[in-house]
Amino acid sequence: MQRFVLFASRIWAWLFLTLMMLFFVVAVPLASGGAVNFLTIRNSQNILVAIIPVLLLGLGQTFVIIGAGIDLSVGWVMSLASVLSALALRFAFNGGLPLFPSVLIGLIAGVGAAAVVGSVNGAIIAKLKVPAFIVTLGTSFIVRGIAYLMSENTTVIGLPADIRAYGNDALIYYIRGEDGGLYFLKRPDVSGDLLRRMDIILPYPVIVTACIVACAMFLLHKTQFGRHTYAIGGGMEAAVRTGIPVDRHTIKLYILSASTAGVAGFLSTLRFTAGSAVIGDPLLLSSIAAVIIGGVSLFGGAGTVIGTVIGALIIAILTTGLVMLNVEAFWQFIVVGTVVIVAVLIDQSRDLITGRQRRNAAT
Amino acid sequence: MIEPLLSVRNMTKRFGGLVAVNNVSFAINRGEVVGLLGDNGAGKSTLIKCISGVHHADEGEIFFDGKPVRFSHPIDARRHGVETIYQDLALANNLDVGANIFLGREVKKNHFGGVIKTLDERHMLRESRQTLDFLQIHFPTLTEPIESLSGGQRQAVAIARAVYWDAKLMIMDEPTNNLGVPEQRKVLDLIRRLRERGVPVILITHILPDAFAVADRLIVMHRGRKVAEKATAGTNTEELIRYMVGASDDMSEDGALSATRETPSPQ
Repeated sequence: MQRFVLFASRIWAWLFLTLMMLFFVVAVPLASGGAVNFLTIRNSQNILVAIIPVLLLGLGQTFVIIGAGIDLSVGWVMSLASVLSALALRFAFNGGLPLFPSVLIGLIAGVGAAAVVGSVNGAIIAKLKVPAFIVTLGTSFIVRGIAYLMSENTTVIGLPADIRAYGNDALIYYIRGEDGGLYFLKRPDVSGDLLRRMDIILPYPVIVTACIVACAMFLLHKTQFGRHTYAIGGGMEAAVRTGIPVDRHTIKLYILSASTAGVAGFLSTLRFTAGSAVIGDPLLLSSIAAVIIGGVSLFGGAGTVIGTVIGALIIAILTTGLVMLNVEAFWQFIVVGTVVIVAVLIDQSRDLITGRQRRNAAT
Repeated sequence: MIEPLLSVRNMTKRFGGLVAVNNVSFAINRGEVVGLLGDNGAGKSTLIKCISGVHHADEGEIFFDGKPVRFSHPIDARRHGVETIYQDLALANNLDVGANIFLGREVKKNHFGGVIKTLDERHMLRESRQTLDFLQIHFPTLTEPIESLSGGQRQAVAIARAVYWDAKLMIMDEPTNNLGVPEQRKVLDLIRRLRERGVPVILITHILPDAFAVADRLIVMHRGRKVAEKATAGTNTEELIRYMVGASDDMSEDGALSATRETPSPQ
């Protein structure tokens, strides 16, 4: 029985995700009298696009929290990156550079600025020993101010219209029915009925995000960097005494976290063809919720990348599904909040069980 | 005569007005277990920290392997083969046995000509298993986080780590504290096995039965001074307790005057 509980607590997020999807697959057509389906290509792609920013913020946060820290600045860092990449891109393009180099300059400006914020966070936390919560709270205010100042408190527009393709085009287009077909890489120039029947499969930002997820998995689970992250989160004393360069590693963790937020900001600029200082902040708490639901311990030392992906998926699917069931939007918050608390309770009950086993073994 | 592995000469360490270690000299030979005894505040831990590079002695010399050494940092000491196992063991409880043995010194595999490096888990697991076998330590599994292991088993992981990294001298700070009786016995067995394999051990303890069970020689400290050095076979509990509480003092004539008597002892 105990083993069963332990096993179930380990895979509960997968179970929950599966059951939730099954529920929506059945409930959405029932509620709409068969007019709306949950399990469609379009809906699946919408969900994938929707989780990108939450997931990117969550990926960096996963590393930071496993290393027993927290980064509250990622929301505004994403905003700053969105504004700065838009400004830089516009400046470069208006200065006569072709589109692609301009986009690259936007990327470098956005992610670079984010990395600078991350290194400031990391340096203050590691070298001056100020609690991460305080430092990143402080920098989030500072970054917020800078983002508003840079954007002059308005949306950064006037970007070249063609960058829309970078942020929205997809690998595959599929038009159902007559005159339809499969198109690759290039958006087919269709309108009206054909456009309504067109599914956009694997937009570029989704592919970019998937690559970053793969890199994060590799980094956390296969490299010395990941091993040291777990070691620092599991016990700072042990990490210091075994010669792990804890300070340097901590700085790298916050640079990583800010950088993924920077990528999120850059992608949002491409997606909306505009830079915005208000884009990131509402996503901060969702991203932390995704990390917690995914099983990362707030005390550090435990968690996985795939857990965070599942956490982000759970939030996105829950939100989409409830909308399709015509549930008032505010219920999403209530449900997500409940799931976060239940997730932590399940993790704690697991600790309780393994703790009991440890005591048994010791006597 | 065989040269001792470690020899400490006239070591003194002061903290402000307090003389925590006062003119202490002793030597450790290869393949022996030496018990370092004394009440709380006798200066055992400070003495050990001066040897392992945590503190720097104000006076005195350390010879290791015949050469004068001065460890600036614990990692420096470890590089020379002086491994100290403190009570908190310096283990990451969320990682498995192999990860802990290689903690901070992970073995990596190169890919694409060294552009990408991954952890060589297989190699680390194999080496860990060999070291554990060498010390006759048996765990049900090596791939679970060690938080599921008992206190004695974790102690064994810390010892195995030191042995794998070629410890020439092992310093253990109260290793049987907080352990159940069967576990205590296992740790003491492990200390004997280290001696059989030629690794000398300095065992810091205030538990006399432990010292009698494994030590060849005993050094007693009282208020920062070495007050006695005895072969275990030639002494008994009553005599040692007299030294530990300061009722007897073999060394009062050899130049280590009673300066410490006037300084207050730490609480």
